Amino acid sequence: MEPVDLARASFLFFPLALLGMLVLPGRPALRLLLAVVAAAIVAVVLPIWLPRGILTYLVSFSTMAGIYAILSLGLNSQWGLTGHVNFGVAGFFAVGAFTSALFTTKMPEGALAAYSQQAFGLEWPFLAGVVMAGIVAAIVGFLISIPVLRLRTDFLAIATLGIAEVIRFIFQNERWLANGPQPMRGIPRPLDCLFADPACSWLPQGVVNWLAPLSPRDYVFFYLIVVALVLTVVYLALERISRSPWGRMQRAVRDEENSAAMNGKNVTARRIESFVVGSFIMGVAGAIYAHYVVSIDYSHFNPLFATFIVWVMLMLGGSGNNKGAILGAFAVWGVWSGAAFVIDMASPALQAISPDLPSRGAYLRWMLVAILLAGIVLFRPQGILRERKKVSDFMPKGD
Amino acid sequence: MSTQDTPDDAVGRRRDDRTARERIGAALRSRTALGVALLLTLVAFWILGQRNGASLSDLLSLTVWGVMLGGIISLGAIGLTLVYGVLKFPNFAHGALVTLGAYGAFTIASFLPQGPILLPFSFGWELIAAMVLAMPAVSLVALVVDRVLFRPLRRRDASLVLLAMASLAAAFFLRSSIYLIWGPDFLFYYPGRANPALQLPLDIRVQADQIFVFVLAVILVALTWLLLERTRMGKAMRATANNPDLAQVRGINTERVIAWTWVLGASLAAAGGVMYGLASQLRPEMGFWLLLPMFAAAIMGGLGNPLGAIVGAVIIGIAQQVSSSFINPAYGPGVAFVLLVIVLVLQPQGLFGKGGE
Repeated sequence: MEPVDLARASFLFFPLALLGMLVLPGRPALRLLLAVVAAAIVAVVLPIWLPRGILTYLVSFSTMAGIYAILSLGLNSQWGLTGHVNFGVAGFFAVGAFTSALFTTKMPEGALAAYSQQAFGLEWPFLAGVVMAGIVAAIVGFLISIPVLRLRTDFLAIATLGIAEVIRFIFQNERWLANGPQPMRGIPRPLDCLFADPACSWLPQGVVNWLAPLSPRDYVFFYLIVVALVLTVVYLALERISRSPWGRMQRAVRDEENSAAMNGKNVTARRIESFVVGSFIMGVAGAIYAHYVVSIDYSHFNPLFATFIVWVMLMLGGSGNNKGAILGAFAVWGVWSGAAFVIDMASPALQAISPDLPSRGAYLRWMLVAILLAGIVLFRPQGILRERKKVSDFMPKGD
Repeated sequence: MSTQDTPDDAVGRRRDDRTARERIGAALRSRTALGVALLLTLVAFWILGQRNGASLSDLLSLTVWGVMLGGIISLGAIGLTLVYGVLKFPNFAHGALVTLGAYGAFTIASFLPQGPILLPFSFGWELIAAMVLAMPAVSLVALVVDRVLFRPLRRRDASLVLLAMASLAAAFFLRSSIYLIWGPDFLFYYPGRANPALQLPLDIRVQADQIFVFVLAVILVALTWLLLERTRMGKAMRATANNPDLAQVRGINTERVIAWTWVLGASLAAAGGVMYGLASQLRPEMGFWLLLPMFAAAIMGGLGNPLGAIVGAVIIGIAQQVSSSFINPAYGPGVAFVLLVIVLVLQPQGLFGKGGE
């Protein structure tokens, strides 16, 4: 085994162990043991078995799917838990991404300032940017929720769709804010000195030697760990929340609003709370995305990529089920990415139908996702994994 | 007895307190208040435009253009509000029907022989013919989508959210089809053909095409009104919108009513698309951009109320155009959204909707 593969394997171990904890059965202690052993084996086998390029592709695929999983979890905390129809995921995603970018980048100076403008640049560390992204998205969510959340579901859907569009217009047209419509570039990647040639000065020599064979292109291996960690924290928090009294209250508000109100629950406050929680998570996802792609502009946050596909993910995985939200994110992102290869391979056939078609092949993927959503709505609206209604360990089994 | 007096008194006093607050709240949430608020918004837009250096004739021109944009929006909004009334869900695919109408007419017109230009307009007879042909074509698409997607859901009594999701899926399906067939680039019905503005009294500049668009919109709206008020099918449609179960009990074939609702809505949407394309250009997202103003108009006028939708559409059209005198015109849909929020906060039933829920 070459040192490159060994170093890559060491990065794969952690996300794989977390994945093992998520999917393996059994008691926690046993599961941890199983997950660690399985992750160690898989982490070593994968780099040997797969060509390097394919492994890198798989890792960047998982990173992106992980970011979508965070979004999908955020949506689940609104739709699955409380029944908000938020068609404006893209808006909160964008707010998070641009907020984190503004807080962590450097204000452009000198000649660069002529090309690139932004409201401020504070050079805060990555984690502070992520937290600020969540907070600002939550504030936006709160401000929106006051007029809108009292309304019927259908009005909420229309209003949130409008909010996402307005937010996108702002990032497109306000040059002073975030350099729209030009991209905001140079968003710092956390700890990217790990892979630079003179590695971070504070690293012990042993680690530097360990990482030496890796190039900056392997950064995504590290970022997958970041995404996996954030995803885990969000997942655990939501699982805890949905079993807490607050989560049960949310379900009550969703299923029987009137009887919840009659039992002394402040329905409006509960609805606003869950909307804000979901907005926070979506903002965090935006930050994670911004630091991954390094350069963002308004076009990343269009309704297809950032709202529609997230809904398909959640509906496919199973509304109300956090595991389902993650599963759906990986499955739909797999379909989306896989379709690119299939369309690429089919381009001679498309050429035969019409010479214009191969260059428009990307839109076939849209069509595929639209058909997927229609299929889910028609044939399995509850998704792959159903919602688990059992909320207490003291309730009798067999529900 | 005396023990009961105190709580009664307390309740009484509290109720008195509340009536004062409630009275203000109720006054704020009345239809008149909404009308006044919308009017004030328009006036504020005018003043803001004047502050920004727009002359009176500029503002008048913008207002006239706004009424014309309102005509286009109202064609879409009528369909939206009818579908909403009869089928009880927000149809997010309505914007795609608008786009489809515009592109469909483009293709049909390219097969027709090009006639002479109908001066002072910039188009020939073939475009009008293409529009008339595109209307049934788009209706057919809407009927197929209904048969494949919405009818099974309706049979199952699916929730509003599922129907809305299904319409979103239909919207993206239609939009991707448009991208696949016509590509992502701008198209023009008549590339490079000049369309000089006419000088009207009061120094108002309006293109002949815009007047045509407006007149056509008025004619179509009037025909729709006649259809709804004077024909049996129109009466059945209104009855179904009002109370579907009762309509069915009274012997109205709801499936037929629904089919006709789709035909009417899709035809108007297609005509609206052609006019929007004539007024600007054809782009695959054009319908999606109109979706927000259309929803805002439909809600402002009261869902299920076609006449209200027209009033809402004109208000929104004027607001969008006048606002472009002081903010970036790209924010047009954003202006529609702001008006929508005002309506939702003050009076979600809209200007002419049924009060109470």
